[in-house]
Amino acid sequence: MYQIVTKKTLSPGVQQMVVKAPMVARKAQPGEFIILRVDEKGERIPLTIADFDAAAGTITIIFQEVGAGTKALGRLAEGESILDFVGPLGNPTHVEKKQGTVVCVGGGIGVAPIFPIARGMKQAGNKVISIVGARNHDLLILEKEMQSASTELKITTDDGSYQRKGFVTDVLKELIAQGEPIAEVIAIGPVVMMRAVAEVTRPHGIKTIASLNPIMVDGTGMCGGCRVSIGTETKFACVDGPEFDAHQIDFAGLMARQKTYVDMEKTCDGAHTCHGGGTCSCH
Amino acid sequence: MSLNRHPMPEQPVAERVQNFREVAVGYDAATAALEASRCLQCKTAPCRGGCPVEVDIPAFIHCIRDGKIGDAARKIKEKNNLPAVCGRVCPQEKQCESHCVLGKKGEAVAIGRLERYVADCDRATASSETPIIAKNGRKAAVIGAGPAGLTAAADLAMAGYDVTIFEALHRAGGVLIYGIPEFRLPKDIVAAEVEHIKSLGVKIITNAVVGKALSIDELFEQGYEAVFIGSGAGAPQFLGIPGENCNGVYSANEFLTRINLMKAYQFPEYNTPVKVGKIVAVVGGGNVAMDAARTSLRMGAEKVYLVYRRSEAEIPARHEEFEHAKAEGVICQFLMNPSRIIGDEKGWAQGLECQRMELGAADASGRRCAVEVPGSETILPVDTVVIAIGNTPNPLIPRTTPGLVVTRRGTIVVNERGETSRDGVYAGGDIVTGAATVISAMGAGKQAAKAICGLS
Repeated sequence: MYQIVTKKTLSPGVQQMVVKAPMVARKAQPGEFIILRVDEKGERIPLTIADFDAAAGTITIIFQEVGAGTKALGRLAEGESILDFVGPLGNPTHVEKKQGTVVCVGGGIGVAPIFPIARGMKQAGNKVISIVGARNHDLLILEKEMQSASTELKITTDDGSYQRKGFVTDVLKELIAQGEPIAEVIAIGPVVMMRAVAEVTRPHGIKTIASLNPIMVDGTGMCGGCRVSIGTETKFACVDGPEFDAHQIDFAGLMARQKTYVDMEKTCDGAHTCHGGGTCSCH
Repeated sequence: MSLNRHPMPEQPVAERVQNFREVAVGYDAATAALEASRCLQCKTAPCRGGCPVEVDIPAFIHCIRDGKIGDAARKIKEKNNLPAVCGRVCPQEKQCESHCVLGKKGEAVAIGRLERYVADCDRATASSETPIIAKNGRKAAVIGAGPAGLTAAADLAMAGYDVTIFEALHRAGGVLIYGIPEFRLPKDIVAAEVEHIKSLGVKIITNAVVGKALSIDELFEQGYEAVFIGSGAGAPQFLGIPGENCNGVYSANEFLTRINLMKAYQFPEYNTPVKVGKIVAVVGGGNVAMDAARTSLRMGAEKVYLVYRRSEAEIPARHEEFEHAKAEGVICQFLMNPSRIIGDEKGWAQGLECQRMELGAADASGRRCAVEVPGSETILPVDTVVIAIGNTPNPLIPRTTPGLVVTRRGTIVVNERGETSRDGVYAGGDIVTGAATVISAMGAGKQAAKAICGLS
């Protein structure tokens, strides 16, 4: 059993939990993920690691209460325990000193996994410009953390309720137009956002990485449910990713596969809310 | 004496395709005694030579004849710590039973059914006492709680080792829980066999991925003197044809794991979903393909095709599984090779295009290879495709274990004692052989345990 050390609501329906999982924390690195199962009848839920503390033996997860599984997780209180918690899984982000600026783009709940990546990139000596997007001010998470993890932080809201009105791609386009020497863009968020980011950088030949969170079961390469077309090859997000060259990802195929169980989630749950915080087209 | 073995009572077809309960219901005491009396008690016991773990078959059958079921169970467990599993899933007709002298004139003794009978009685009466084991003060680590790992762990524990199994999934059992369906191997039986192994002092740590959370070198640093890798076949093979990433296309691993391990057949009580459409095509001809096809029927599919590129004679599945599949209404499409999955505008599978095949010369495995007939495309109108054409080894452990030699296919290289290229590291089961049987994995686990104990 894996105890919830602290629990905090970051925005409506978005929870942060610090979970005691020493074996995972000992090895965790930015970009990796965990899989948890709330109880005996629960699904295996993959979540990208939002933070880790090897000394304290804890992993931080941030999740949106969307399906039956994440809602059950959200009902657990501080001090209670999660039945299963396995990781770290997937490959870590290549954190190193780059030849130029690193742009970290986080959309909605995707800000959670982008945070340790931005922090790592800054610690590695990079200039890090982070662009964080949310539908509205209430849904914006980790502003303070992102501020400290970045050299510059730019925020957009779809409705203009906070800072700049618009999309993360608007800011990215401007950075490119202004001649910012971008070495790499890392984008994590709803699939449509990651696809839009890839389309912005593609004509400029800017290296762009997206972190995928497709449907998966075991997370160790056994089921193949998380397969995605990367260029001409089929890759497993769990063992080959979760990060891939965004210019090679078949985003349309990925989006189609993510809709596999939408109707059944409704059966299970009563109501379905989209995984991308409402910004994707998965309803 | 009857030349024929006693038939196994089964749930009627019409009933069983509606449920996930076990198909074969097992011998009763009288039938078991009668079947046991067919055994000639050959002094040379050729049947033993066909058993990868060398169970003393005539001896346990003799105990059944004498009505000493507890003794029969003890006799089997001297060699086999998973008898209720083996009695159900071993391909006995290719192993012990194929060596039975009675088989020359009539039908071999139903050794598997008798083994199952003994194991089931033993479990029901909880007669099996835990042996008292003298500890030898040494630590051994086992990676993977499947048939190979559980067997190695049990044998090492009985030899006095302090054994810990590291299992990546949340439950012990490996393919016995995620792969083989409830109607063929009830999960409470696997759980009971795992409990028995724990009662020998074996510790099982679930949710521990060796190759990620822990490396083999770290296990040695933690004081383990020997490491046995029984991590299984791992990664599913796909066909490499267009449309394979359509919705409604599953690897058999994913399909069966959702249903067996995650209990998607009890959705929504259990939260994991699976999509089984009206018409399912299962591609492949092995036991896993049979399991997927029969599972599809139970999940409510109206029609299930089994698409296999060779002919019925080359089907690698266990005889009983194939017969059960046919009896339950699975439609066999032999000499058909999928060439494309056709998707609809939303990315859902709606057809499986296949090429007709002809049998050519025998290949390296002795099976006749299949050759495409040009211009013979046919399209099966299906909405679900399950690909059951085998697995490749999972690369997580070799990738993180310097000096561990693997083949070009990625399987770990071992000698006849189960030793790898690394000192103190042993391996066995599907990670060494590629996808094979439960019992051969158990045999490999046993062999490696012997080698670790210095007995081979």
